[in-house]
Amino acid sequence: MPQPIRLKDHEKDARLIRRRALVGALVFLLLTAALVARMYYLQVVQYEYHSTLSENNRVHVQPLPPTRGLIFDRNGVLVADNRPSFSLTLTRERAGDWAQVLDVIVEVLALSSDERALFEKRVRQGRRPFEPVPVLFELSEEQIATIAVNQFRLPGVEVVAQLVRHYPQREHFAHSVGYVGRINEKELKELDPVAYSGTHHIGKTGVERFYEAQLHGEVGYEEVETNARGRVLRVLKRVDPLPGKDVMLTIDVHLQEAAEAALGGRRGAIVAIQPSTGEVLAMVSQPSFDPNPFVTGISFKAYAELRDSIDQPLFNRVLRGLYPPGSTIKPMMAVAALDAGVITPTSRVFDPGFYQLPNHSHKYRNWNRSGDGWVSLEMAIMRSNDTYFYDLAHKMGIDRMHDYMTRFGLGQRVSLDMFEETAGLMPSRDWKRARYRQAWYPGETLILGIGQGYMQTTPLQLAQATALMATRGKWIRPHLAKTIEGLPPVDSEPLPDIQLRDLKSWDSARFGMEQVMHGPRGTARKVGDSAVYRIAGKSGTAQVVAIRQGEKYDRNKVQERHRDHALFIAFAPADNPQIAVAVMVENGESGSGVAAPVVKQVMDAWLLDDSGQLKAEYATPVSAEVGQR
Amino acid sequence: MNSNFDRVLSSEDVLRRRASLLQRVHIDGILLLLLLILAVGSLFILYSASGKNVDLLIKQASSFGIGLAGMFIIAQFEPRFMARWVPLAYVAGVSLLVVVDVMGHNAMGATRWINIPGVIRFQPSEFMKIIMPATIAWYLAKRSLPPSLKHVAISLALILLPFVLILLQPDLGTSLLVITSGAFVLFIAGLQWRWILGAVAALVPVAVAMWFFVLREYQKQRVLTFLNPESDPLGSGWNIIQSKAAIGSGGVFGKGWLLGTQSHLDFLPESHTDFIIAVLAEEFGLVGVCLLLLVYLLLIARGLVITVQAQTLFGKLLAGALTMTFFVYVFVNIGMVSGLLPVVGVPLPFISYGGTSLITLLAGFGILMSVHTHRKWIAQA
Repeated sequence: MPQPIRLKDHEKDARLIRRRALVGALVFLLLTAALVARMYYLQVVQYEYHSTLSENNRVHVQPLPPTRGLIFDRNGVLVADNRPSFSLTLTRERAGDWAQVLDVIVEVLALSSDERALFEKRVRQGRRPFEPVPVLFELSEEQIATIAVNQFRLPGVEVVAQLVRHYPQREHFAHSVGYVGRINEKELKELDPVAYSGTHHIGKTGVERFYEAQLHGEVGYEEVETNARGRVLRVLKRVDPLPGKDVMLTIDVHLQEAAEAALGGRRGAIVAIQPSTGEVLAMVSQPSFDPNPFVTGISFKAYAELRDSIDQPLFNRVLRGLYPPGSTIKPMMAVAALDAGVITPTSRVFDPGFYQLPNHSHKYRNWNRSGDGWVSLEMAIMRSNDTYFYDLAHKMGIDRMHDYMTRFGLGQRVSLDMFEETAGLMPSRDWKRARYRQAWYPGETLILGIGQGYMQTTPLQLAQATALMATRGKWIRPHLAKTIEGLPPVDSEPLPDIQLRDLKSWDSARFGMEQVMHGPRGTARKVGDSAVYRIAGKSGTAQVVAIRQGEKYDRNKVQERHRDHALFIAFAPADNPQIAVAVMVENGESGSGVAAPVVKQVMDAWLLDDSGQLKAEYATPVSAEVGQR
Repeated sequence: MNSNFDRVLSSEDVLRRRASLLQRVHIDGILLLLLLILAVGSLFILYSASGKNVDLLIKQASSFGIGLAGMFIIAQFEPRFMARWVPLAYVAGVSLLVVVDVMGHNAMGATRWINIPGVIRFQPSEFMKIIMPATIAWYLAKRSLPPSLKHVAISLALILLPFVLILLQPDLGTSLLVITSGAFVLFIAGLQWRWILGAVAALVPVAVAMWFFVLREYQKQRVLTFLNPESDPLGSGWNIIQSKAAIGSGGVFGKGWLLGTQSHLDFLPESHTDFIIAVLAEEFGLVGVCLLLLVYLLLIARGLVITVQAQTLFGKLLAGALTMTFFVYVFVNIGMVSGLLPVVGVPLPFISYGGTSLITLLAGFGILMSVHTHRKWIAQA
């Protein structure tokens, strides 16, 4: 490029840039002047206003916590509501030396040093120094009076009326509805600080936890002007909170109470499901506990007592208790084997009292050592014949068994809305290789056939498997919420129905279950005889201590806590199922003797009217074919 | 051409030897003095804003040290040398942004960092604040001014690519600053006024049409909250309400160092980062704010002088854009804290706590010094 032109360009460019820099400088001066003007406006024109705000009065934005949604049973009986309660709050910023103020509180109310430690912990959890933190709940009239008298020694301390969660049904719903408790530090980190400003409680377990988002509601706020001592002078602006949604449960209070009474003070679990809807009608885990103290903060001592009790009242047996299903699994095994084609409704097996794998000496015992002779499928279920099911299991093999039992919900979470449900275990070859680095042994398949071995189920899974027998494989996840603000919960990942090659396979197994209750040699015929409707059921025992080869189970030698758990599953009426029940009685030993009467009491409470007759709406529809073949 | 320059230079040799020590190490005395004033002031305000946290002060002071060292090193390179490496830096910067976007996407969340544990951890978007104006300056310096439509279009494409990448991180604040720094180069390069006005005029109907036909109700609500944070007093509006009270209660002369009440009672969140000007305004009053603004204006004035005196087109464009972007930082931050502008996360240059922005800013001033001290007729300045 010729130099002169370049030089000329250069000068022109320099002039252009000088002009632009000048324009920039002017604009910057103007904008800076705008900033200075803004500062002048805030600091000189509005000085009085802001300095009053800052020195004597303060604008506080006070969150208005929403009212938590209520929880009702299926008939509208209150299960969880909010009650006004007086609590003592402390505002760090206004208390000055707040540790000393705590000392005064403890002194005037004559409390223990344990409680002082608790107060201190609560104050430290406070988010902002100018926000009042509740330290003591449920003040008595007397305590309120004492605080009022000593108010001059207690700067920053106030008595506040708050709505606090209350559970009028006490221990009846502790394991299903759960409870709310104070927000802890870990939860604080994960919560939306705006949505929970002003809220001190959060669902910890059960329905309260699972439906936290719906029950909580939306926070409102209030801009208030306060004086130096924090007294609200006037409200500048107010946006009301939106209350949380009400939840109606599927549980029926009366059935729940009847089920608890049926256990008669024994430890155990009961789940009752309406098969056609998946609604959980009763959910019992005994012993239970009163959730109310957890809301306001249970004392260390009371909590330790509950936690360390040998009866484990805090343990949710329905959702987290794992038991081998024992013989209760036999009807489902029968359905699976019929569908897989390894047995037919008429094929028979000879039972000499034990079963032996080809080329093995180990004898797998029937519970009846003398043997039942030639056994058909219906007979095998009725008599709970082990030999028949060893043979069935051997023919099925572990892979097919795992496949079918998984479709019945074993080894997976089955519920729609239950917090902390355990998946249980349905073993497979892959599982054993991963867990023990061992191959699968044929003997392990055999004992799975009678519900022993690695298999682990929860009472909820057993109840759901029973409901599947009752509906012939129609999958509806069991759930606790009937409606949330009028709308039913939605299952976002429904499980596929169990489709059998031949629908009659269901009927063969169901007929066997009916024979358990009503057959001439049925294991639970005593219970069946006393019923005014027909039941289809199956007993089982879950071993607590393993019995060695050749050893006999001797109840006198076994300590009470080491006795077998009694299991029973059933649905009724057999030809028009309205209720499916699973019962586990801890150390109850006999499924037919101990657990079956409990099942029947629960069913009676649901199915019978006041005169002891089957309610008309549950009677067999005329068109339905009665299971008599 | 070379012989011509040689003759001029040889006659200036004497003068050149007389040049001060600072000039020989390529440091501009005026800029250095102003920066040191800001550094010392920053430490005083931080001490108060952080609740007398000495650890924080030590961290900030060492960031200053590192930044000043970086500035010194950068000032040693000639602008011509920098221009040679600009295209490569641009490609590298954009690649890193892509890496961040992809990694961030895989991690199922936003990330702005490149992190090689134990080796290095940095935000590529921060580098873009310098690489962006340098790239446009490099591109336009080779064309005749004012730029033709074609060159403007190519410049805009170069600006928009990193803008979109940073926007995806997502980091609206930084992406707007990056787009601004690039646009300033176009402005200084003499982009015709009618195009500038045309662009502004075109944005208005587009925005209006978007408002009525594209945005959904909840999106409009978000925009409204963004424009008026006080409608959300428990969230971001809280900061504004409190920072206004802090500033206003400072009055003309302030409450005195360490005596601010709003900021010390935790009324003011983030008081040592983005909202630090509120602490200064509360404790030193309108006088303190004006003094700070004066120091900033002097820095900017010096930057513009350097722009005008620069000898190469690349140097002029880059120095001008860096200076103007610096003003935008100041204006946006103070405007936001005093409630004039919506809340975007922009720190107050040199005063807010935070090492990354400090180092980037000082690197920018290193470039200004380099542009100024590597001129051939240095003694005439």
